[in-house]
Amino acid sequence: MEDTAVIVAFYVLAILTLGSALMVATVRDLVHAVLFLVLSFVGVAGLYITLSADFVAVVQVLIYVGAISVLMLFAILLTPRSGRDNASVSYSAPIGALAGLIGATIIFVGLKTDWAKAEGGNNFETTAAEIGRALLDPYVIPFEVASVLLVVAMLGAILLVRPGGGGEPG
Amino acid sequence: MLPLLNWYDFDPLHDLYNWIGDNTADEVVYVLAAVIAATGILSFVGLGALVNVWLERRIIGRMQVRKGPNRVGPFGLLQPVADAIKLIQKEVLQPRAADRALFNLPPILVFIPAMLTFSVFAWAPDLVYADLNVGVLFLLAISSVTSLAIFVAGWSSNNKYALLGAMRVIAMAISYEIPLVLALLAPVIFAGTMSLAGIVDFQKEYDVWLAVLLPTSLFVYAISATAELNRTPADIAEAESEIVAGFHTEYSGMKFGLFYAVELINSLAVSGIIATLFFGGYSLFGAEDYIPPWIIFIGKIYFFYFGLIWLRGTWPRLRIDQLMAFAWKMLIPMALINIIVIATEVLLWRELEWDNWVLAPFAVINIALMFAMFGFFFRINTRNYYRLPRRVRLVHDISVPSLPAPGPAAGS
Repeated sequence: MEDTAVIVAFYVLAILTLGSALMVATVRDLVHAVLFLVLSFVGVAGLYITLSADFVAVVQVLIYVGAISVLMLFAILLTPRSGRDNASVSYSAPIGALAGLIGATIIFVGLKTDWAKAEGGNNFETTAAEIGRALLDPYVIPFEVASVLLVVAMLGAILLVRPGGGGEPG
Repeated sequence: MLPLLNWYDFDPLHDLYNWIGDNTADEVVYVLAAVIAATGILSFVGLGALVNVWLERRIIGRMQVRKGPNRVGPFGLLQPVADAIKLIQKEVLQPRAADRALFNLPPILVFIPAMLTFSVFAWAPDLVYADLNVGVLFLLAISSVTSLAIFVAGWSSNNKYALLGAMRVIAMAISYEIPLVLALLAPVIFAGTMSLAGIVDFQKEYDVWLAVLLPTSLFVYAISATAELNRTPADIAEAESEIVAGFHTEYSGMKFGLFYAVELINSLAVSGIIATLFFGGYSLFGAEDYIPPWIIFIGKIYFFYFGLIWLRGTWPRLRIDQLMAFAWKMLIPMALINIIVIATEVLLWRELEWDNWVLAPFAVINIALMFAMFGFFFRINTRNYYRLPRRVRLVHDISVPSLPAPGPAAGS
């Protein structure tokens, strides 16, 4: 990352990601919080682009901005009295302390680790084909296990909400 | 600089381009090219939105045996301009209970994905604004931002009907995203690349439209995209006979105008995706050497856009449960079976290195498979409809004493 533009982009995206993540924790309105979370996801996608990981960046937008945020919005809308004002923040002090502790640990480890530097700087080659090959060649068993797990979870969810299914007794 | 290739590459500023390229840094050329290309896309999209308003109203008018706008200017051509001026002049209202910050965001937010879609299209050989290696996935990713923006519009209005429209958008986005992704997977598998320019090159190299090879994908994509566009067969998000105007009930003036323009621009974008992925993009079996390729591409875009207008002008609106059932019980299974068959074919053709002539039987197999799946899933999904009783029956389970006793043949 010797290019000035990439460094500037990194700091802008890092501020965007962290700032909106902070807003998620502090803002009063739950829907606002979800939308700030979306902004944070977009920032993370931008960070992936600065790392030449184009496939992961686009998938980040597709999954997190497109699907996960919609799921969260659904959850908020279907939760009673979650509408316009957030719950009280009486737990903020212990949770803030815990988050600060974890953050300090991560920063400490990050500073102490002897990072290996990637060679080759800014060559922007596509990663999609390699990721696909890796998923279907050396990592095929975890990949298939994950798929089976998702199918089982989906079938379970369908079974629970079926009338006369396992969800309600009788 | 590229050499002049074709007769239509008349280029009076050629010396100027060369001078700029030779005498300035690479970064300057890069920024200049980006600005010029962005201006080109913006003017195409802006002009397209105006033209589409007129086209849509005139063509639908024609289909419904009326005249459409014909007073302002010749053939009513200036009607969109008059509409735009009227919308700009209107007072911008905002409900008192609306979420102030979020209310003004969506009209701007929906524009971003609509514009970004055009940046990955291949308008001609070497005329791509951003030839992304993950182009198809990029299109899918940014199109999901639109439904989020529409949801924000409906929610921040603080209006029951707007919120209902927003919920419908989200429900539909979740349902139709899946067949959309599965449908676009097939051309990617077949061409072996996710770049739109790469897919066009594939179709040019083998002189075949992917629509012939992958008819099921085209069908599933076209229907899912229409649903995502909120256009008439699937415009339950703004069904004016049910929920006033859905998510943009509270928007007035140019904010409403922006939503309206984005709908038209997105229709153009979907036509462009269909033209690029399934109908050869800018290529036309060699004719692109004699006609400027971007004219072929724009012609194809407007051909499919006409199809969308036709759909809008002639189809009634579907009910929300019909739309959901159609996505989950018909499009998704069709797309899944299609993916399995396509992947097998590509394995045989590309990995086992069968000859190129197998593409012809593959096309025949895929077309036959599409009709077989049509028949099968229509039969499966309409089974309950055909089981409906043909005559009036009384319900025995509900004990209503005053009813006369039913005859022995009634019901079972």
